[in-house]
Amino acid sequence: MNYSTLKELIELAENHDKKIFDIVQMVEAEQDFLSLEEVWDKMETSWRVMSHSIQKGLKNANPSVSGLSGGDAKKLSMSKPIYLSRELSEAVAMALGVAEINACMGKIVACPTAGSCGIVPAALTFAKKKHGYSEKEIISSLFTAAGIGIVCSINASISGAEGGCQAECGVAAAMASGALVELAGGSPSMVGDAVAICLTNQMGLVCDPVAGLVEIPCVQRNAGSLMQGILAAEQALAGVKSMIPVDEVIKAMQEVGEALPESLKETGEGGLASTPTGREMAKRLF
Amino acid sequence: MIKLGKADSVFEVIGPIMIGPSSSHTAAAVRIGQITRNLMENPVKRAVVKFHGSFASTGRGHGTDKAIAAGLLGFDPADERIRDALDLADKQGMDIVFENVDLGDDYHPNTARLEVLDTLGNSIVVTASSLGGGTISVVEINGLKIELSGEYDTLITIHKDKPGIVAKATAIIADYDVNISSMKVTRMRRGGQALMAVEMDHALPNEAIEKLNIIADTVRVIPPIY
Repeated sequence: MNYSTLKELIELAENHDKKIFDIVQMVEAEQDFLSLEEVWDKMETSWRVMSHSIQKGLKNANPSVSGLSGGDAKKLSMSKPIYLSRELSEAVAMALGVAEINACMGKIVACPTAGSCGIVPAALTFAKKKHGYSEKEIISSLFTAAGIGIVCSINASISGAEGGCQAECGVAAAMASGALVELAGGSPSMVGDAVAICLTNQMGLVCDPVAGLVEIPCVQRNAGSLMQGILAAEQALAGVKSMIPVDEVIKAMQEVGEALPESLKETGEGGLASTPTGREMAKRLF
Repeated sequence: MIKLGKADSVFEVIGPIMIGPSSSHTAAAVRIGQITRNLMENPVKRAVVKFHGSFASTGRGHGTDKAIAAGLLGFDPADERIRDALDLADKQGMDIVFENVDLGDDYHPNTARLEVLDTLGNSIVVTASSLGGGTISVVEINGLKIELSGEYDTLITIHKDKPGIVAKATAIIADYDVNISSMKVTRMRRGGQALMAVEMDHALPNEAIEKLNIIADTVRVIPPIY
């Protein structure tokens, strides 16, 4: 049993009357010569680290090594939300917080990368709090997220240097959206629609880190991408379908990534990095 | 931040568990320090670390210096002491100097060269690159070209270049039923200093290492760092 597209993954789940996370976990165990329990335990360890990074992130007031980021998660979590619900505002704070922890040399789980490490943990912690999902359900949904990440990696990229930020924060948001759908009882094909809708909205996102550091705009992109993930999950669960099949959306993301100039692929030479302020920051630091 | 190549495991897209901010500039740098430490027989006393390319231009902001120091201290990429590694190295009497260098276009943009002296005065020069997603490759040891991923149990010998050494070494490895996954042999010049790096699926037993010690001047066996 194996899969390299979302269509295959969805069909495997449907044909075996399983959830996507079951298939992803089974394939992983099979190819790594591990038991289902061993694979589960490794994922549980990752979830523990993610949870811990969320707790630390919400309280963190430390600036990063460069001083370019830090403290925004705390600001948001301490203030009374004006437009967002309390829960959603806290989720955004969590995404910012984990990304800030990463920037100040704290412990995180790359998901799929260090630069996009806040999105999936924040989405799942938000869902857990809102609907009281068990640890077991949350860890299962991490396999859903991982399956989506693997498919994106095979057919597009999960590297900002290769595909821009859409490949990192974009894919992280897609991973989160699929996980949220399956957590809420959505079908395998709804997972596909969530991923497609999410990547549609993240398409073209460039990787333009100021001074080449994983801070500006990475920390903020974690917050924005979290919202895109939740937005896509909500729509897919309501039955909204992507008119472009999900695997074609992923392919399109790859083409867009290839078409992006080098200056917008993690080189720190274009976009926000090349603004007068961005250049000034880089000059001051190095 | 960079993660090249296609993931074929869930733990490549959810993982590694690491200290931020960057898999290529932080996690990989720890591993470069770790593998260099493992190549030395004794603890590191002094290291001159030369940063090339993007390691030189953005390394400090990513904590690459702290990460290398952490690796030389024997920490792994998920160790929360990485951020204090420079102070910890100092306290242990480990002297680390950082410099920027231009190694030229032949080297990967994320490359470090470590000139290391151990507590007994033995020295080694290791050049290693960060390839993305936290993966590394050691590309030179003492100026000899090599390719070492650090993902396997690895045997390294430094010996005088002469016929038969490679055959003898692989025979010893085969005698202990250890499978070789990759192998690279290189030398300065004919009859000069030569290097052999063998990546294996299992660790070599001590008895095999003793036999290898007879045929080579220096034998190092290092565990996987992943």
